Amino acid sequence: MTEIVKARNVSMKFKAVEALTDVSLDVSPGEQVALLGHNGAGKTTLFRLILGFIKPTAGSISIAGFAPGSDAARRVVSYLPEQVAFPKMLTGREVVRFYARLKGAAREDVQAVLDKVELVEAADRRVDTFSKGMRQRLGLAQALVGNPRLLLLDEPTSGLDPLSRQHFYELIADVSRRGCSVLLSSHGLSELEAKTDRVAILRKGRLVADGPLAELQHQADLPIRIRVRAAAGAVGSVHAEIGGGRINCASVELYCARGDKMRILSKISGLGTQVEDVDVASPTLDEVYRYFSNNGIEQIQRGEIQCTA
Amino acid sequence: MHGVITIAATEIRIGLRNRWIILSSLILLAFALILVLLGSAPGGEVKTDAVTVVVASLSTLSVYLVPLIALLLSFDAIAGEIDRGTLQLVLASPVSRGSVLVGKFLGHVAVLAIAVSFGYGIAGLVAFFANGGGEAVALIGVGRLIASSTILGATFIAIGYIASASVRQTGTAAALAIAIWLFAVVLYDLALLGGLLASQDGFFARTVFPWLLVFNPADAFRLYNMSAIDALAVGSNLGGAGSALPLSGLASMLSPVAWTAIGLGLSTFILKRVRP
Repeated sequence: MTEIVKARNVSMKFKAVEALTDVSLDVSPGEQVALLGHNGAGKTTLFRLILGFIKPTAGSISIAGFAPGSDAARRVVSYLPEQVAFPKMLTGREVVRFYARLKGAAREDVQAVLDKVELVEAADRRVDTFSKGMRQRLGLAQALVGNPRLLLLDEPTSGLDPLSRQHFYELIADVSRRGCSVLLSSHGLSELEAKTDRVAILRKGRLVADGPLAELQHQADLPIRIRVRAAAGAVGSVHAEIGGGRINCASVELYCARGDKMRILSKISGLGTQVEDVDVASPTLDEVYRYFSNNGIEQIQRGEIQCTA
Repeated sequence: MHGVITIAATEIRIGLRNRWIILSSLILLAFALILVLLGSAPGGEVKTDAVTVVVASLSTLSVYLVPLIALLLSFDAIAGEIDRGTLQLVLASPVSRGSVLVGKFLGHVAVLAIAVSFGYGIAGLVAFFANGGGEAVALIGVGRLIASSTILGATFIAIGYIASASVRQTGTAAALAIAIWLFAVVLYDLALLGGLLASQDGFFARTVFPWLLVFNPADAFRLYNMSAIDALAVGSNLGGAGSALPLSGLASMLSPVAWTAIGLGLSTFILKRVRP
Protein backbone atom coordinates (compact mmCIF):
# COMPACT_ATOMS: atom_id res chain seq x y z
CA MET A 1 0.00 0.00 0.00
CA THR A 2 1.52 3.33 -0.98
CA GLU A 3 1.77 5.97 1.67
CA ILE A 4 -0.17 9.13 0.92
CA VAL A 5 2.59 11.28 2.32
CA LYS A 6 6.13 10.00 2.40
CA ALA A 7 8.66 12.53 3.66
CA ARG A 8 12.25 11.37 3.99
CA ASN A 9 14.94 13.37 5.79
CA VAL A 10 13.42 16.64 4.69
CA SER A 11 15.24 19.85 5.49
CA MET A 12 14.16 23.33 4.54
CA LYS A 13 16.33 26.37 4.89
CA PHE A 14 15.18 29.94 4.30
CA LYS A 15 18.23 32.17 4.01
CA ALA A 16 19.49 32.09 7.61
CA VAL A 17 16.59 30.20 9.15
CA GLU A 18 16.51 26.43 9.33
CA ALA A 19 12.75 25.87 9.26
CA LEU A 20 12.85 22.07 9.10
CA THR A 21 15.71 19.71 9.91
CA ASP A 22 15.79 16.08 8.86
CA VAL A 23 12.07 15.41 9.17
CA SER A 24 10.73 12.01 8.14
CA LEU A 25 6.99 11.47 8.33
CA ASP A 26 4.55 9.04 6.75
CA VAL A 27 0.80 9.28 6.48
CA SER A 28 -1.06 6.12 5.46
CA PRO A 29 -4.37 6.04 3.61
CA GLY A 30 -7.25 6.80 5.96
CA GLU A 31 -4.95 7.77 8.81
CA GLN A 32 -5.44 10.89 10.90
CA VAL A 33 -2.22 12.52 12.01
CA ALA A 34 -1.96 15.61 14.17
CA LEU A 35 1.08 17.79 13.71
CA LEU A 36 1.82 19.79 16.84
CA GLY A 37 4.28 22.50 17.63
CA HIS A 38 4.68 26.08 18.76
CA ASN A 39 4.31 28.95 16.34
CA GLY A 40 7.31 28.82 14.05
CA ALA A 41 8.07 25.16 14.78
CA GLY A 42 7.77 24.39 11.05
CA LYS A 43 4.21 23.08 10.71
CA THR A 44 3.15 25.43 7.93
CA THR A 45 6.51 24.98 6.20
CA LEU A 46 5.90 21.23 6.06
CA PHE A 47 2.45 21.88 4.58
CA ARG A 48 3.88 24.18 1.94
CA LEU A 49 6.41 21.49 1.05
CA ILE A 50 3.67 18.88 0.73
CA LEU A 51 1.71 21.25 -1.52
CA GLY A 52 4.78 21.81 -3.63
CA PHE A 53 4.78 25.59 -3.10
CA ILE A 54 8.39 25.32 -1.99
CA LYS A 55 11.06 22.71 -2.65
CA PRO A 56 13.01 21.11 0.19
CA THR A 57 16.69 22.02 0.41
CA ALA A 58 17.40 18.38 1.32
CA GLY A 59 15.48 15.13 1.41
CA SER A 60 12.47 14.09 -0.58
CA ILE A 61 8.69 14.11 -0.38
CA SER A 62 6.19 12.18 -2.42
CA ILE A 63 2.42 12.46 -2.42
CA ALA A 64 0.80 9.12 -3.28
CA GLY A 65 3.91 8.45 -5.31
CA PHE A 66 3.81 11.77 -7.20
CA ALA A 67 6.04 14.81 -6.91
CA PRO A 68 4.52 17.57 -4.74
CA GLY A 69 2.98 20.33 -6.84
CA SER A 70 2.56 18.13 -9.93
CA ASP A 71 -0.94 18.00 -11.40
CA ALA A 72 -1.35 14.40 -10.23
CA ALA A 73 -0.31 15.31 -6.67
CA ARG A 74 -2.58 18.35 -6.64
CA ARG A 75 -5.50 16.11 -7.51
CA VAL A 76 -4.74 14.06 -4.41
CA VAL A 77 -4.38 16.90 -1.88
CA SER A 78 -6.89 19.39 -0.56
CA TYR A 79 -5.80 22.27 1.58
CA LEU A 80 -7.32 24.52 4.20
CA PRO A 81 -4.93 27.32 5.22
CA GLU A 82 -4.93 28.73 8.73
CA GLN A 83 -6.37 31.99 7.57
CA VAL A 84 -8.45 32.36 4.48
CA ALA A 85 -10.90 35.09 3.57
CA PHE A 86 -13.22 34.06 0.78
CA PRO A 87 -14.61 36.82 -1.46
CA LYS A 88 -17.25 38.51 0.70
CA MET A 89 -19.53 39.17 -2.21
CA LEU A 90 -19.96 35.53 -3.14
CA THR A 91 -22.39 33.12 -1.51
CA GLY A 92 -21.23 30.00 0.25
CA ARG A 93 -22.43 27.86 -2.61
CA GLU A 94 -20.61 29.98 -5.20
CA VAL A 95 -17.36 29.66 -3.25
CA VAL A 96 -17.62 25.88 -3.08
CA ARG A 97 -18.69 25.66 -6.71
CA PHE A 98 -15.67 27.73 -7.73
CA TYR A 99 -13.20 25.33 -6.10
CA ALA A 100 -15.21 22.33 -7.28
CA ARG A 101 -14.77 23.48 -10.87
CA LEU A 102 -11.08 24.15 -10.42
CA LYS A 103 -10.69 20.62 -9.09
CA GLY A 104 -12.87 19.20 -11.83
CA ALA A 105 -15.35 17.81 -9.31
CA ALA A 106 -18.86 16.76 -10.23
CA ARG A 107 -21.70 19.28 -9.90
CA GLU A 108 -23.58 17.19 -7.34
CA ASP A 109 -20.50 17.20 -5.16
CA VAL A 110 -21.13 20.83 -4.18
CA GLN A 111 -24.48 20.08 -2.62
CA ALA A 112 -23.09 16.95 -0.97
CA VAL A 113 -20.26 18.71 0.83
CA LEU A 114 -22.47 21.65 1.84
CA ASP A 115 -24.80 19.09 3.33
CA LYS A 116 -21.94 17.38 5.11
CA VAL A 117 -20.73 20.56 6.80
CA GLU A 118 -24.33 21.60 7.53
CA LEU A 119 -24.26 24.77 5.50
CA VAL A 120 -27.13 23.98 3.17
CA GLU A 121 -29.49 26.53 4.71
CA ALA A 122 -26.90 29.29 4.70
CA ALA A 123 -25.40 28.32 1.33
CA ASP A 124 -27.15 31.04 -0.62
CA ARG A 125 -26.20 33.80 1.77
CA ARG A 126 -23.14 35.95 1.22
CA VAL A 127 -19.97 34.89 2.96
CA ASP A 128 -19.73 38.23 4.80
CA THR A 129 -22.79 37.29 6.83
CA PHE A 130 -21.16 34.04 8.01
CA SER A 131 -19.96 33.51 11.58
CA LYS A 132 -16.41 32.37 12.29
CA GLY A 133 -17.53 28.77 12.74
CA MET A 134 -19.50 28.85 9.48
CA ARG A 135 -16.53 30.26 7.59
CA GLN A 136 -14.36 27.49 8.95
CA ARG A 137 -16.93 24.91 7.85
CA LEU A 138 -17.07 26.58 4.44
CA GLY A 139 -13.31 26.24 4.28
CA LEU A 140 -13.66 22.56 5.08
CA ALA A 141 -16.40 22.17 2.45
CA GLN A 142 -14.07 23.69 -0.11
CA ALA A 143 -11.38 21.20 0.91
CA LEU A 144 -13.72 18.21 0.89
CA VAL A 145 -15.11 18.83 -2.57
CA GLY A 146 -13.73 16.52 -5.23
CA ASN A 147 -13.05 13.58 -2.90
CA PRO A 148 -9.42 14.28 -2.06
CA ARG A 149 -7.25 11.46 -0.74
CA LEU A 150 -5.40 13.76 1.64
CA LEU A 151 -6.78 16.67 3.65
CA LEU A 152 -4.20 19.19 4.82
CA LEU A 153 -5.70 21.34 7.55
CA ASP A 154 -3.61 24.13 9.04
CA GLU A 155 -4.84 24.88 12.55
CA PRO A 156 -8.44 24.22 11.57
CA THR A 157 -9.89 24.61 15.05
CA SER A 158 -8.06 27.65 16.37
CA GLY A 159 -10.56 30.27 17.43
CA LEU A 160 -13.52 27.91 17.40
CA ASP A 161 -15.69 27.46 20.46
CA PRO A 162 -15.56 23.99 22.08
CA LEU A 163 -18.84 22.87 20.55
CA SER A 164 -17.86 23.85 17.00
CA ARG A 165 -14.49 22.26 17.57
CA GLN A 166 -16.06 19.00 18.60
CA HIS A 167 -18.32 19.13 15.58
CA PHE A 168 -15.31 19.79 13.38
CA TYR A 169 -13.51 16.69 14.64
CA GLU A 170 -16.62 14.59 14.09
CA LEU A 171 -16.65 15.71 10.47
CA ILE A 172 -13.00 14.88 10.05
CA ALA A 173 -13.45 11.47 11.66
CA ASP A 174 -16.27 10.81 9.22
CA VAL A 175 -14.09 11.77 6.28
CA SER A 176 -11.22 9.56 7.37
CA ARG A 177 -13.57 6.62 7.81
CA ARG A 178 -14.15 6.85 4.09
CA GLY A 179 -10.45 6.37 3.47
CA CYS A 180 -9.28 9.99 3.23
CA SER A 181 -6.06 10.71 5.11
CA VAL A 182 -6.00 13.77 7.32
CA LEU A 183 -2.93 15.72 8.35
CA LEU A 184 -3.84 18.59 10.61
CA SER A 185 -1.80 20.98 12.68
CA SER A 186 -2.62 22.35 16.07
CA HIS A 187 -1.11 24.38 18.87
CA GLY A 188 -1.65 21.88 21.61
CA LEU A 189 -2.71 18.38 22.45
CA SER A 190 -5.62 19.46 24.61
CA GLU A 191 -7.23 21.14 21.63
CA LEU A 192 -7.14 17.86 19.74
CA GLU A 193 -8.97 16.09 22.55
CA ALA A 194 -7.15 12.92 21.54
CA LYS A 195 -9.17 12.63 18.36
CA THR A 196 -6.40 11.58 16.00
CA ASP A 197 -4.75 8.23 15.43
CA ARG A 198 -1.25 9.59 15.66
CA VAL A 199 0.51 12.63 16.99
CA ALA A 200 3.70 14.12 15.58
CA ILE A 201 5.39 16.93 17.45
CA LEU A 202 7.76 19.43 15.87
CA ARG A 203 10.18 21.43 17.94
CA LYS A 204 12.29 24.07 16.23
CA GLY A 205 12.02 22.24 12.93
CA ARG A 206 12.82 18.78 14.28
CA LEU A 207 10.40 15.93 14.72
CA VAL A 208 10.67 15.07 18.42
CA ALA A 209 7.77 12.66 18.74
CA ASP A 210 5.71 10.54 16.39
CA GLY A 211 3.29 7.94 17.62
CA PRO A 212 -0.15 7.19 19.05
CA LEU A 213 -1.09 9.36 21.99
CA ALA A 214 -0.95 6.51 24.55
CA GLU A 215 2.55 5.68 23.40
CA LEU A 216 3.67 9.27 23.79
CA GLN A 217 2.21 9.39 27.29
CA HIS A 218 4.12 6.25 28.10
CA GLN A 219 7.29 7.60 26.52
CA ALA A 220 7.15 10.87 28.41
CA ASP A 221 6.67 8.97 31.67
CA LEU A 222 5.59 12.08 33.48
CA PRO A 223 5.05 11.89 37.23
CA ILE A 224 1.61 11.40 38.65
CA ARG A 225 0.37 13.95 41.12
CA ILE A 226 -1.14 12.75 44.36
CA ARG A 227 -2.83 15.24 46.62
CA VAL A 228 -3.82 14.23 50.08
CA ARG A 229 -6.16 16.25 52.26
CA ALA A 230 -5.38 15.56 55.87
CA ALA A 231 -7.85 15.53 58.73
CA ALA A 232 -7.83 18.55 61.03
CA GLY A 233 -4.51 18.94 62.75
CA ALA A 234 -2.98 15.87 61.12
CA VAL A 235 -1.27 17.59 58.18
CA GLY A 236 2.09 17.61 59.93
CA SER A 237 2.13 13.89 60.62
CA VAL A 238 0.83 13.03 57.14
CA HIS A 239 3.60 15.13 55.63
CA ALA A 240 6.18 13.46 57.79
CA GLU A 241 4.92 10.04 56.74
CA ILE A 242 4.62 10.37 52.95
CA GLY A 243 6.88 13.34 52.15
CA GLY A 244 6.13 15.69 49.30
CA GLY A 245 5.18 19.30 49.79
CA ARG A 246 2.58 21.03 51.87
CA ILE A 247 0.47 23.19 49.60
CA ASN A 248 -1.72 24.70 52.28
CA CYS A 249 -2.58 24.08 55.87
CA ALA A 250 -4.59 20.99 55.14
CA SER A 251 -3.07 19.28 52.08
CA VAL A 252 0.09 17.53 51.04
CA GLU A 253 1.04 17.11 47.40
CA LEU A 254 3.59 14.77 45.95
CA TYR A 255 4.68 13.54 42.55
CA CYS A 256 5.64 9.98 41.86
CA ALA A 257 6.62 7.84 38.91
CA ARG A 258 3.94 5.58 37.53
CA GLY A 259 5.57 2.51 38.97
CA ASP A 260 5.46 3.93 42.47
CA LYS A 261 1.83 4.92 42.39
CA MET A 262 0.33 1.85 44.04
CA ARG A 263 2.98 1.65 46.72
CA ILE A 264 2.36 5.23 47.79
CA LEU A 265 -1.38 4.87 47.62
CA SER A 266 -1.32 1.88 49.93
CA LYS A 267 0.87 3.84 52.31
CA ILE A 268 -1.68 6.63 52.30
CA SER A 269 -4.51 4.27 52.95
CA GLY A 270 -2.51 2.94 55.86
CA LEU A 271 -2.74 6.36 57.51
CA GLY A 272 -6.39 5.67 58.21
CA THR A 273 -8.44 8.53 59.64
CA GLN A 274 -5.59 11.00 59.37
CA VAL A 275 -6.49 11.28 55.68
CA GLU A 276 -9.72 12.88 54.61
CA ASP A 277 -9.44 12.65 50.84
CA VAL A 278 -7.02 11.58 48.10
CA ASP A 279 -6.87 12.99 44.58
CA VAL A 280 -4.79 11.26 41.92
CA ALA A 281 -4.12 13.11 38.65
CA SER A 282 -2.44 11.62 35.61
CA PRO A 283 -0.44 14.04 33.47
CA THR A 284 -2.71 16.11 31.26
CA LEU A 285 -2.39 16.16 27.48
CA ASP A 286 -0.99 19.66 27.76
CA GLU A 287 1.74 18.46 30.10
CA VAL A 288 2.67 15.64 27.73
CA TYR A 289 2.81 18.14 24.88
CA ARG A 290 4.90 20.57 26.93
CA TYR A 291 7.27 17.76 27.78
CA PHE A 292 7.99 17.04 24.11
CA SER A 293 7.82 20.53 22.71
CA ASN A 294 10.18 21.87 25.38
CA ASN A 295 12.25 18.68 25.63
CA GLY A 296 11.39 18.29 29.28
CA ILE A 297 13.50 21.32 30.18
CA GLU A 298 10.59 23.01 31.80
CA GLN A 299 9.83 21.05 34.90
CA ILE A 300 6.24 20.44 35.70
CA GLN A 301 5.51 23.01 38.32
CA ARG A 302 5.36 21.73 41.82
CA GLY A 303 4.46 24.55 44.11
CA GLU A 304 5.33 24.46 47.75
CA ILE A 305 3.58 27.05 49.73
CA GLN A 306 4.62 27.60 53.30
CA CYS A 307 1.96 27.25 55.88
CA THR A 308 1.55 30.40 57.85
CA ALA A 309 -1.10 29.31 60.26
CA MET B 1 -9.25 25.86 -20.11
CA HIS B 2 -11.87 24.90 -17.57
CA GLY B 3 -9.99 26.82 -14.90
CA VAL B 4 -9.64 29.92 -17.09
CA ILE B 5 -13.39 30.16 -17.66
CA THR B 6 -14.21 29.49 -14.00
CA ILE B 7 -11.82 32.17 -12.77
CA ALA B 8 -12.97 34.71 -15.38
CA ALA B 9 -16.64 34.11 -14.58
CA THR B 10 -16.00 34.53 -10.86
CA GLU B 11 -14.12 37.80 -11.41
CA ILE B 12 -17.03 39.16 -13.44
CA ARG B 13 -19.49 38.06 -10.77
CA ILE B 14 -17.44 39.75 -8.06
CA GLY B 15 -17.16 42.88 -10.23
CA LEU B 16 -20.91 43.02 -10.56
CA ARG B 17 -21.58 42.30 -6.90
CA ASN B 18 -19.17 44.76 -5.35
CA ARG B 19 -20.57 47.47 -7.60
CA TRP B 20 -17.21 47.97 -9.26
CA ILE B 21 -18.81 47.97 -12.68
CA ILE B 22 -21.63 50.32 -11.69
CA LEU B 23 -19.29 52.71 -9.93
CA SER B 24 -16.77 52.96 -12.75
CA SER B 25 -19.56 53.22 -15.34
CA LEU B 26 -21.04 56.10 -13.37
CA ILE B 27 -17.69 57.86 -13.07
CA LEU B 28 -17.11 57.57 -16.82
CA LEU B 29 -20.69 58.60 -17.55
CA ALA B 30 -20.52 61.63 -15.23
CA PHE B 31 -17.33 62.94 -16.79
CA ALA B 32 -18.56 62.11 -20.27
CA LEU B 33 -21.86 63.93 -19.75
CA ILE B 34 -20.06 67.02 -18.50
CA LEU B 35 -17.98 67.00 -21.68
CA VAL B 36 -21.07 66.36 -23.80
CA LEU B 37 -22.95 69.27 -22.30
CA LEU B 38 -19.99 71.64 -22.40
CA GLY B 39 -18.83 70.44 -25.79
CA SER B 40 -22.15 70.86 -27.55
CA ALA B 41 -21.97 74.65 -27.48
CA PRO B 42 -18.99 75.14 -29.79
CA GLY B 43 -19.71 72.01 -31.78
CA GLY B 44 -23.17 73.11 -32.75
CA GLU B 45 -22.03 75.91 -35.05
CA VAL B 46 -19.38 74.27 -37.17
CA LYS B 47 -19.81 71.63 -39.82
CA THR B 48 -18.36 68.86 -37.73
CA ASP B 49 -20.80 66.48 -36.16
CA ALA B 50 -21.41 67.22 -32.48
CA VAL B 51 -20.95 63.54 -31.59
CA THR B 52 -17.53 63.53 -33.23
CA VAL B 53 -16.45 66.48 -31.11
CA VAL B 54 -17.65 64.66 -28.05
CA VAL B 55 -15.73 61.54 -29.07
CA ALA B 56 -12.60 63.67 -29.38
CA SER B 57 -13.11 65.00 -25.87
CA LEU B 58 -13.89 61.58 -24.50
CA SER B 59 -10.75 60.04 -25.94
CA THR B 60 -8.72 62.60 -23.99
CA LEU B 61 -10.72 61.70 -20.91
CA SER B 62 -10.03 58.01 -21.57
CA VAL B 63 -6.29 58.54 -21.52
CA TYR B 64 -6.54 59.52 -17.86
CA LEU B 65 -9.51 57.59 -16.51
CA VAL B 66 -9.34 54.21 -18.23
CA PRO B 67 -5.77 53.37 -17.14
CA LEU B 68 -6.72 54.42 -13.61
CA ILE B 69 -9.78 52.20 -13.52
CA ALA B 70 -7.78 49.35 -15.06
CA LEU B 71 -4.99 49.61 -12.49
CA LEU B 72 -7.50 49.81 -9.64
CA LEU B 73 -9.05 46.59 -10.95
CA SER B 74 -5.79 44.71 -11.27
CA PHE B 75 -3.47 45.80 -8.45
CA ASP B 76 -5.26 43.49 -5.98
CA ALA B 77 -5.34 40.46 -8.30
CA ILE B 78 -2.32 38.57 -6.95
CA ALA B 79 -1.12 40.47 -3.85
CA GLY B 80 -4.66 40.63 -2.47
CA GLU B 81 -5.22 36.92 -2.96
CA ILE B 82 -1.94 36.15 -1.22
CA ASP B 83 -3.05 38.44 1.63
CA ARG B 84 -6.39 36.71 1.97
CA GLY B 85 -5.00 33.20 1.58
CA THR B 86 -7.13 32.34 -1.42
CA LEU B 87 -4.22 32.17 -3.87
CA GLN B 88 -2.86 29.17 -1.94
CA LEU B 89 -6.19 27.44 -2.36
CA VAL B 90 -6.31 28.12 -6.08
CA LEU B 91 -2.71 27.03 -6.56
CA ALA B 92 -3.30 23.90 -4.48
CA SER B 93 -5.90 22.84 -7.05
CA PRO B 94 -4.78 21.42 -10.38
CA VAL B 95 -4.80 24.74 -12.27
CA SER B 96 -1.69 26.15 -13.91
CA ARG B 97 -0.49 29.55 -12.80
CA GLY B 98 -0.72 30.81 -16.36
CA SER B 99 -4.40 29.86 -16.47
CA VAL B 100 -5.01 31.72 -13.21
CA LEU B 101 -3.62 34.89 -14.69
CA VAL B 102 -5.35 34.56 -18.05
CA GLY B 103 -8.65 33.82 -16.29
CA LYS B 104 -8.33 36.91 -14.15
CA PHE B 105 -7.32 38.96 -17.17
CA LEU B 106 -10.35 37.92 -19.22
CA GLY B 107 -12.63 38.59 -16.26
CA HIS B 108 -11.18 42.01 -15.54
CA VAL B 109 -11.20 43.05 -19.19
CA ALA B 110 -14.86 42.03 -19.39
CA VAL B 111 -15.63 44.10 -16.28
CA LEU B 112 -13.86 47.09 -17.79
CA ALA B 113 -15.49 46.62 -21.18
CA ILE B 114 -18.94 46.62 -19.60
CA ALA B 115 -18.16 49.78 -17.63
CA VAL B 116 -16.74 51.62 -20.65
CA SER B 117 -19.61 50.51 -22.89
CA PHE B 118 -22.20 51.77 -20.44
CA GLY B 119 -20.46 55.02 -19.60
CA TYR B 120 -19.49 56.07 -23.11
CA GLY B 121 -22.43 54.40 -24.79
CA ILE B 122 -24.97 56.40 -22.82
CA ALA B 123 -22.95 59.61 -23.18
CA GLY B 124 -22.67 59.02 -26.94
CA LEU B 125 -26.39 58.47 -27.30
CA VAL B 126 -27.14 61.56 -25.24
CA ALA B 127 -24.86 63.63 -27.49
CA PHE B 128 -26.44 62.08 -30.57
CA PHE B 129 -30.01 62.85 -29.62
CA ALA B 130 -29.32 66.14 -27.83
CA ASN B 131 -28.19 67.46 -31.19
CA GLY B 132 -31.30 66.24 -32.93
CA GLY B 133 -29.63 63.17 -34.32
CA GLY B 134 -27.13 63.32 -37.11
CA GLU B 135 -25.16 61.04 -39.31
CA ALA B 136 -25.09 57.49 -38.00
CA VAL B 137 -21.39 57.34 -38.91
CA ALA B 138 -20.74 59.47 -35.83
CA LEU B 139 -21.97 56.59 -33.68
CA ILE B 140 -19.33 54.38 -35.23
CA GLY B 141 -16.88 56.83 -33.68
CA VAL B 142 -18.37 56.07 -30.28
CA GLY B 143 -17.98 52.35 -30.93
CA ARG B 144 -14.36 52.86 -31.97
CA LEU B 145 -13.74 54.82 -28.79
CA ILE B 146 -15.26 52.07 -26.65
CA ALA B 147 -13.22 49.38 -28.41
CA SER B 148 -9.94 51.25 -28.24
CA SER B 149 -10.57 52.27 -24.60
CA THR B 150 -11.08 48.62 -23.75
CA ILE B 151 -7.77 47.73 -25.39
CA LEU B 152 -6.08 50.56 -23.49
CA GLY B 153 -7.68 49.28 -20.29
CA ALA B 154 -6.53 45.71 -21.02
CA THR B 155 -2.98 47.04 -21.34
CA PHE B 156 -3.01 48.64 -17.94
CA ILE B 157 -4.74 45.63 -16.39
CA ALA B 158 -1.86 43.48 -17.61
CA ILE B 159 0.71 46.01 -16.40
CA GLY B 160 -1.09 46.16 -13.04
CA TYR B 161 -0.60 42.40 -12.67
CA ILE B 162 3.16 42.91 -12.83
CA ALA B 163 2.87 45.25 -9.85
CA SER B 164 0.52 42.88 -8.07
CA ALA B 165 2.68 39.78 -8.58
CA SER B 166 5.91 41.54 -7.61
CA VAL B 167 4.92 42.41 -4.04
CA ARG B 168 3.24 40.51 -1.24
CA GLN B 169 1.25 43.34 0.35
CA THR B 170 -1.86 44.81 -1.21
CA GLY B 171 -0.93 48.28 0.04
CA THR B 172 2.44 48.19 -1.72
CA ALA B 173 0.77 46.95 -4.89
CA ALA B 174 -1.69 49.86 -4.73
CA ALA B 175 1.13 52.37 -4.34
CA LEU B 176 2.95 50.80 -7.30
CA ALA B 177 -0.21 50.97 -9.41
CA ILE B 178 -0.68 54.67 -8.69
CA ALA B 179 2.98 55.31 -9.49
CA ILE B 180 2.59 53.52 -12.84
CA TRP B 181 -0.49 55.59 -13.65
CA LEU B 182 1.19 58.86 -12.70
CA PHE B 183 4.23 58.04 -14.78
CA ALA B 184 2.45 56.73 -17.86
CA VAL B 185 -0.27 59.32 -18.29
CA VAL B 186 1.11 62.46 -16.62
CA LEU B 187 4.87 62.56 -16.12
CA TYR B 188 5.75 60.85 -19.41
CA ASP B 189 3.94 63.49 -21.47
CA LEU B 190 5.45 66.28 -19.42
CA ALA B 191 8.91 64.86 -20.04
CA LEU B 192 8.24 64.65 -23.79
CA LEU B 193 7.01 68.22 -23.79
CA GLY B 194 10.15 69.27 -21.96
CA GLY B 195 12.23 67.46 -24.57
CA LEU B 196 10.45 69.28 -27.38
CA LEU B 197 11.06 72.64 -25.73
CA ALA B 198 14.70 71.92 -24.91
CA SER B 199 15.66 70.76 -28.39
CA GLN B 200 15.17 73.99 -30.33
CA ASP B 201 16.49 72.74 -33.67
CA GLY B 202 13.66 70.22 -33.93
CA PHE B 203 16.01 67.27 -34.10
CA PHE B 204 14.34 65.64 -31.10
CA ALA B 205 10.89 66.30 -32.54
CA ARG B 206 11.81 64.61 -35.84
CA THR B 207 13.73 61.58 -34.64
CA VAL B 208 13.18 60.29 -31.13
CA PHE B 209 9.92 61.99 -30.22
CA PRO B 210 7.58 60.08 -32.57
CA TRP B 211 8.97 56.77 -31.34
CA LEU B 212 8.69 57.80 -27.72
CA LEU B 213 5.11 58.85 -28.37
CA VAL B 214 3.98 55.50 -29.75
CA PHE B 215 6.08 53.71 -27.14
CA ASN B 216 3.67 54.85 -24.45
CA PRO B 217 0.39 52.91 -24.85
CA ALA B 218 -1.66 55.83 -23.55
CA ASP B 219 -0.19 58.23 -26.11
CA ALA B 220 -0.54 55.64 -28.86
CA PHE B 221 -4.21 55.34 -27.95
CA ARG B 222 -4.62 59.11 -28.20
CA LEU B 223 -2.85 59.13 -31.58
CA TYR B 224 -5.13 56.46 -32.92
CA ASN B 225 -8.32 58.22 -31.87
CA MET B 226 -7.12 61.62 -33.05
CA SER B 227 -6.09 60.34 -36.46
CA ALA B 228 -9.39 58.52 -36.78
CA ILE B 229 -11.23 61.72 -35.98
CA ASP B 230 -8.94 63.58 -38.36
CA ALA B 231 -10.33 61.45 -41.11
CA LEU B 232 -13.66 62.99 -40.26
CA ALA B 233 -11.98 66.40 -40.55
CA VAL B 234 -12.28 67.91 -37.13
CA GLY B 235 -8.68 68.90 -37.21
CA SER B 236 -6.41 68.45 -34.26
CA ASN B 237 -2.83 69.45 -33.79
CA LEU B 238 -1.71 66.11 -32.44
CA GLY B 239 -3.28 64.10 -35.21
CA GLY B 240 -1.84 66.50 -37.75
CA ALA B 241 1.59 65.14 -37.03
CA GLY B 242 0.35 61.70 -37.95
CA SER B 243 2.21 61.50 -41.22
CA ALA B 244 5.56 61.89 -39.44
CA LEU B 245 4.88 59.08 -37.01
CA PRO B 246 6.39 55.60 -37.27
CA LEU B 247 3.00 54.06 -36.73
CA SER B 248 -0.10 55.84 -37.88
CA GLY B 249 -3.80 55.16 -37.72
CA LEU B 250 -4.83 51.72 -36.61
CA ALA B 251 -1.19 50.60 -36.51
CA SER B 252 -0.53 52.82 -33.50
CA MET B 253 -2.82 50.51 -31.50
CA LEU B 254 -0.06 47.91 -31.90
CA SER B 255 1.66 49.64 -29.00
CA PRO B 256 -1.01 48.91 -26.35
CA VAL B 257 -1.47 45.41 -27.77
CA ALA B 258 2.26 44.73 -27.52
CA TRP B 259 2.33 46.11 -23.97
CA THR B 260 -0.57 43.84 -23.04
CA ALA B 261 1.39 40.83 -24.23
CA ILE B 262 4.49 42.01 -22.36
CA GLY B 263 2.46 42.63 -19.21
CA LEU B 264 0.82 39.21 -19.27
CA GLY B 265 4.07 37.44 -20.11
CA LEU B 266 6.06 39.18 -17.42
CA SER B 267 3.43 38.79 -14.71
CA THR B 268 3.05 35.08 -15.52
CA PHE B 269 6.82 34.76 -15.29
CA ILE B 270 6.82 36.45 -11.87
CA LEU B 271 3.78 34.51 -10.65
CA LYS B 272 5.52 31.23 -11.46
CA ARG B 273 8.21 32.22 -9.00
CA VAL B 274 5.84 33.27 -6.24
CA ARG B 275 6.02 30.96 -3.23
CA PRO B 276 2.64 31.35 -1.55
